[in-house]
Amino acid sequence: MTITPPTDLPVLEIDPFSLEFLADPYPDHERLREAGAVVWLSKYEIYATARHEQVRAVLNDHATYISSAGVGLANFNKETPFRPKSLILEADPPAHTKARAILARILSPKVVIQIREDFSKVADDLLDALADRAASGHTVDGIKEIAEPYPLKVFPDAVGLDAEGRENLLLYGDMIFNAFGPRNELFLNAAQRVKPVTSWIMDHCHRAMLRPGGFGDLIFQAADAGEITQDEAPMLVRSFLSAGIDTTVNALGNAVLCLAQHPDEFAKLRANPALARPAFEEALRFESAVQTFFRTASRNADLAGIAIPEGSKVLTFLAGANRDPRQWPEPARFNIERKPTGHMAFGSGIHGCVGQVVARLEGELILTGLAKRFKSMEIAAAPSRRLNNSLRALASLPLRLTVA
Amino acid sequence: MPRVNITTAHGEQLALEVPVGMSLMQAAVTAGVSGIVGECGGSAMCATCHVYVDEIFAARLPAVSAVESEMLTCTVAERLANSRLSCQIKMTADLDGLAVLLPDQQQ
Repeated sequence: MTITPPTDLPVLEIDPFSLEFLADPYPDHERLREAGAVVWLSKYEIYATARHEQVRAVLNDHATYISSAGVGLANFNKETPFRPKSLILEADPPAHTKARAILARILSPKVVIQIREDFSKVADDLLDALADRAASGHTVDGIKEIAEPYPLKVFPDAVGLDAEGRENLLLYGDMIFNAFGPRNELFLNAAQRVKPVTSWIMDHCHRAMLRPGGFGDLIFQAADAGEITQDEAPMLVRSFLSAGIDTTVNALGNAVLCLAQHPDEFAKLRANPALARPAFEEALRFESAVQTFFRTASRNADLAGIAIPEGSKVLTFLAGANRDPRQWPEPARFNIERKPTGHMAFGSGIHGCVGQVVARLEGELILTGLAKRFKSMEIAAAPSRRLNNSLRALASLPLRLTVA
Repeated sequence: MPRVNITTAHGEQLALEVPVGMSLMQAAVTAGVSGIVGECGGSAMCATCHVYVDEIFAARLPAVSAVESEMLTCTVAERLANSRLSCQIKMTADLDGLAVLLPDQQQ
């Protein structure tokens, strides 16, 4: 059945989950933004917005634009979720509030001060080894040698996982973020790849696999205290495993790419390594690791004068909002001194990334470490993309690093 | 437009016009007030937009939510009875003249 789009709504045939779109989303983001505050994507029969004001408005009105019907294209009110629903991502208050409070406590700025020393040491060791390789004339891969190994070491360490099998988390994250799109080739291939390791993932959500005192165990302690049930605890640990790796891997990979593509900005960072945090922030805005999320209208709503009927899926382009000229002067310019407070790369509102303080710590430490060790960071060969329905991801990023 | 009077940790006085509905954090960051960071963009996730609210106005603000309260335990500068996150202070006409003092550190 074809739904007739509401009159007066700009209709676009853009497919935001096609390989062409995902390889270079920015020209289409501009088309989406300039067509209207809200547009209709005929291919999927959904509403969409790529403007900052509307993306922010949707994400901050969690009563109207709910998450419990899924934050991908699938409408869980009409179809069965492909996995048991997340207790935090795919939940609404009051159930969401309970889970959120626990994770916010475990990942709070106070905790981040405690883990800083460990995260810092791992970054130093990794980048020292990288400097040795670069000094002996090797080209290095910014993805395989920085962006993947660092989060794969520090975050599962903090969660309390064993060292063995962690690369499975990359396959799992890749599948989860593909699953927010349609059942296209990207998703089907990712689902195929993750099959052999699914049982590993689920096993590692259980208490016996988690070091006492780690983030994972703290969730079980919250269950012991009666905040959630014992059955809910592994489900929340699953959220660490799905949302804590592929996100930061790509945020770091994208940040390294941005700095390698903009030598003047890398020079600014070298002159003042205190810019590491705002530089990471600007990279999040400029090349957002998570590109899109959906919401579902819980009632008839009005978005920028457009009637959104109850039950409609609404696609928010976080990355489109992050380059909206209505919000950002010179949005297509990567400028590490910008301080882009209010970007949508972590989402916004009650579903805003609960691990963002940890992500910022990782970004700060890696960028500071690069700026201190290398006087230049050049692209040695064309980077290759790892296309994903909702992530901006690289497969490889060959770099020529010159030791300072 | 309602006005907010900000005293920085160094005793500098700033007057900020804040549109109704906008958060104090957002207005301060947009205006380049350096003593407010607001790193998380207003999701009450980072505790870097901490302010001390003048007691006359404290009662006119909505109560501190559980999330804000949890985050206020994470501030770098000491949490006092009148501590708030400025991202959670949405401007209303009733708050015209609101006076806040900035802590000496946010991060």
